[in-house]
Amino acid sequence: MRNILTIWRKEMRSYFVSPIAYLLLTMFALIFGFFFWNALGYFVMMGMESQMRGQTFPMNLNEEVIRPLLSNASVIGLFFIPMITMRLFAEEKRTGTIELLVTSPIRDTEIIIGKWLAALTLYATMLLFTALNFAFLFKYGNPDWKPLAIGYLGLLLQAGGLLAIGTFISTLTKNQIIAGAATFGVCLLLWVLEWVSGYETAAWAKVLAYMSVITHFESFAKGVLDLKDAIFYLTLIFVGLFFTSRSMESLRWRS
Amino acid sequence: MITVKELTKKYARTTAVDHVSFEVQKGQIVGFLGPNGAGKTTTMRMLTCFLPPTSGAATVAGFDVLEQPLEVKKRIGYLPETPPLYPEMETSEYLKFVGKLKGLSGADLNTRVDYVCDRCAVSDVKTKLLGKLSKGYRQRVGLAQAIIHNPDVLILDEPTAGLDPKQINETRDLIKSLAGDHTIILSTHILPEVEQTCQQVIIINRGKLVATDSVQNLQARARGAESVLVEIAGRNGSLDLSVVQKRLEQIRGISRVEYKTSHANRNVFEIESQKGFVRGDLARAVVEAGWDLNELRPAAMSLEEIFLQLTGAEAAPAELAAKGAD
Repeated sequence: MRNILTIWRKEMRSYFVSPIAYLLLTMFALIFGFFFWNALGYFVMMGMESQMRGQTFPMNLNEEVIRPLLSNASVIGLFFIPMITMRLFAEEKRTGTIELLVTSPIRDTEIIIGKWLAALTLYATMLLFTALNFAFLFKYGNPDWKPLAIGYLGLLLQAGGLLAIGTFISTLTKNQIIAGAATFGVCLLLWVLEWVSGYETAAWAKVLAYMSVITHFESFAKGVLDLKDAIFYLTLIFVGLFFTSRSMESLRWRS
Repeated sequence: MITVKELTKKYARTTAVDHVSFEVQKGQIVGFLGPNGAGKTTTMRMLTCFLPPTSGAATVAGFDVLEQPLEVKKRIGYLPETPPLYPEMETSEYLKFVGKLKGLSGADLNTRVDYVCDRCAVSDVKTKLLGKLSKGYRQRVGLAQAIIHNPDVLILDEPTAGLDPKQINETRDLIKSLAGDHTIILSTHILPEVEQTCQQVIIINRGKLVATDSVQNLQARARGAESVLVEIAGRNGSLDLSVVQKRLEQIRGISRVEYKTSHANRNVFEIESQKGFVRGDLARAVVEAGWDLNELRPAAMSLEEIFLQLTGAEAAPAELAAKGAD
């Protein structure tokens, strides 16, 4: 546990002394802010229209603003995850510092979990900026906070799985760009797999759609905590980290 | 302290280390010598549990590198060929990080960081970023991280590579001063380094153990017959070399006289004798013949020659090229 914390601190520090963290946080805040502004603008326009027509059906912030925005955040996240994970192991392999870590009296799993947790922490920090936007909704409206909390849980679980995959890919190369590009490709693929369900209903299409990370986020975005979806993400985390530890092991046989 | 038995490491096509066995006693400095690509780094990586051996066994402080890697790692300080530094960290912060990895904490950690900074002369760059340090400092910080947890065994992979002559001397002195508390294995392809710092030498070439012995024994072994170099000059500048040669050959006990060089008007003969201690007779003969005896010294074989002799002529060009690069 102590060792995990040591590794976590070191990773957090290297995120925040370099421009990486600030760049990612700024870009994410800008992009999400733009989405938020759009969603809110649309919501206000719809409200005015329905008033002009004299209709008074209830408008729901949770359904019409928070839910699509959470889905947006999950997709924006897909683009940022490769940039968070690409350096984790590739950098250490390139500079040779991996030799220090591996010859220290700590376990591979402690190194891996420490690094993965640091990546997840940076992602969670990015999400804090979305909370800033949502705070306005709470100030001027009265949305329900529980679906929002579940949405955040879903975002963290989804990111956890993708970050684990990114961590794994980072152990495969010394080159950060390669690690980043490959992770981006895998993230994108795991996103679009869901599209087959739009025109195909055969069993294979269902399997493909099931593999998509987006499919499992829908329930979280709605504010429903579905155990099946949570388990999917937890499995993804476990598999990703397991492959990472296998890869670290094989690193020694191959190098 | 370190026992290596039939250690072998095979890669897909090549055998990097081939059935190497040796032992290192506590408190010794051992030079691990070999041309580039001989398998030095691979052997060291196996000792530090970075690479698992294909076959054979190695124990460090009584712990097997395959069975109890964590125990071995606790007792080893390792300086890889390039010091494993994080450029974005400050020196003291980095040493604290490594100390924590090695299991130190609290006040203990702080005193050790101060101690190793002092010992390795990096106190004046404590708050500097590692990425901004010069090569000499980087190497010393690398040494500081290796000794931070006061390990029984220090494994140093080419600790003086890329340093200037002054830094090389400082680093050697530092390593020598560490010998009392630690058992040290250092690899190098620079021979004088071994002569100056080590008590024992392990020579490997192409993955195979070529020789393991003390520095003195190795020199004695390779020397065989006693041989001395003499520089002789004529009184009035001219000297008949064939006369000199004849006169020298007449001295009792001398088996061979060879004219070596005459560059810059210096006439040097190499003289071999079977029974040793002919230097007195030799000096007297030269002076009595009316010549000047400018120099008389034993032609001790340098480790370099021993090395070339042991590793064979094929390794020679590579080794010389490597030395030239230094």
